[in-house]
Amino acid sequence: MAKRTALYDRHIAAGAKMVDFAGWELPIQYPTGPKEEHLIVRRTAGLFDIDHMGQIMVSGPDALAFLQRMLTANIAAIAHQQAGYALMCYSDGAVVDDAFVYNLDSQYMIVANASNVGKDERWLRWHSRPYEVTIENISSATHMLALQGPKAAAILSALTGDSSSINLAHHACQKLELFGTTIILGRTGYTGEDGFELYMPVEQAVCAWDALIEAGKPFGLAPIGLAARDSLRLEPCMPLYGQELGPDRTPIQAGLGWAISFSKGNFVGRDALAKERLEGPAEKLVAIQMLDPGVPRHGYTVVHGLEAVGEVTSGIYSPTLDAFIAMAYVPRRLAAVGTEIGVSIRGKARRAIVVKKPFYRAPVKS
Amino acid sequence: MSSITIDASCHYAQNHEWIRIEGDVAVVGISDYAQDQLGDIVYVELPQVGDQLAQGDSFGVVESVKAASDCYLPVSGKIIAVNDQLESEPELVNSDPFGEGWFVRLQTSDPAQLESLMDAPAYATFCEQDN
Repeated sequence: MAKRTALYDRHIAAGAKMVDFAGWELPIQYPTGPKEEHLIVRRTAGLFDIDHMGQIMVSGPDALAFLQRMLTANIAAIAHQQAGYALMCYSDGAVVDDAFVYNLDSQYMIVANASNVGKDERWLRWHSRPYEVTIENISSATHMLALQGPKAAAILSALTGDSSSINLAHHACQKLELFGTTIILGRTGYTGEDGFELYMPVEQAVCAWDALIEAGKPFGLAPIGLAARDSLRLEPCMPLYGQELGPDRTPIQAGLGWAISFSKGNFVGRDALAKERLEGPAEKLVAIQMLDPGVPRHGYTVVHGLEAVGEVTSGIYSPTLDAFIAMAYVPRRLAAVGTEIGVSIRGKARRAIVVKKPFYRAPVKS
Repeated sequence: MSSITIDASCHYAQNHEWIRIEGDVAVVGISDYAQDQLGDIVYVELPQVGDQLAQGDSFGVVESVKAASDCYLPVSGKIIAVNDQLESEPELVNSDPFGEGWFVRLQTSDPAQLESLMDAPAYATFCEQDN
């Protein structure tokens, strides 16, 4: 039976359609609908129950050295009260998980994908023996919310009564007294908009949700489901484990070389990734836009002429662009922007073109 | 269920298409129940004007955020018009499924086929049982 978050009753009361996602019963959408929910986040702000995500704390004298070994990014460059994106890889360079790493007090918090939390914890523990570290999976005790959109900072400020959240830098994080408890606040997110992710004891989840919904009312804040969460992350080309990333894909193929530091020292997968970077990956993740209409869905074949050359990893109707877009793996020779390809939709090859990433970037505030 | 509209002037197929007879022309679309189940419609693939189709033939595809669903013709006929507006505004299927969200108009070849379809009260029962 799927697990329910502390906010299940709130979602039902709001008229949400629930689905099973990674073993959790979560809202796929509210009566507003995925298209409008998506647009609300781009225009105003949305609130997401993302309690299915996991949080693993790593602390101890060897925490930094350990995480340097386990993650691709230079963790030493993630300063105190900062967060950064990194991947954990197998020794062949394929991805165990992608994650955000928060550096707070004398602990690191790894925020992991829902489908990978158990695997990540085992992977970390298995490699931790030579290190003096403490690993604690606090996922079941922690509730995670996301507040995303141009009005997110204003809403949070209305709640805190000060401008500390507006002043929190991009990817910075801090502990904060809110909702009658200590929360972790990060200026992070998975939508391509400005926004925050909030971590609190699960006992405060309902109180936090209610307070945010209330504070957000004058701004037009709406609760947002998983369908919109997916279209929101695809427009800025943010990868999803299980689609763009997996145990058969490397960060080099996925275009995530920027999240790898080859100069920081050894880490699991370094040699394989260095080799792949030198030789060039056989396949690359590209952004494609349909020229003929139709939704290019996950698993659909990418064709070039009569040849099947690749597969769509994620595809949607994009509400922001009013276009059909996707990400797909194609052979390196077809990865150049402007390459004309096709996607097989219901047995027919429909025309598409490789475009520049990302499809969408939030306008910079002046 | 109470918020779902069932147009009394239509007949209904088991796959939730509706058909309304206007003289010797029939108009076909998908019901309010169907659009509610499908969610936001993002694309509707329609046949060509002139296509001759039989009862039960797939005449189009409705793409929602979650999935693509085939639409089956409730009666045989020749397509005489398709709703071009749906290309730029597929959301009309959600907002006005029995009106502006129509899919095709056809010249029916066998009016007796209507008898194999559900009338509005029968369709209401059918939808309730579906739940």
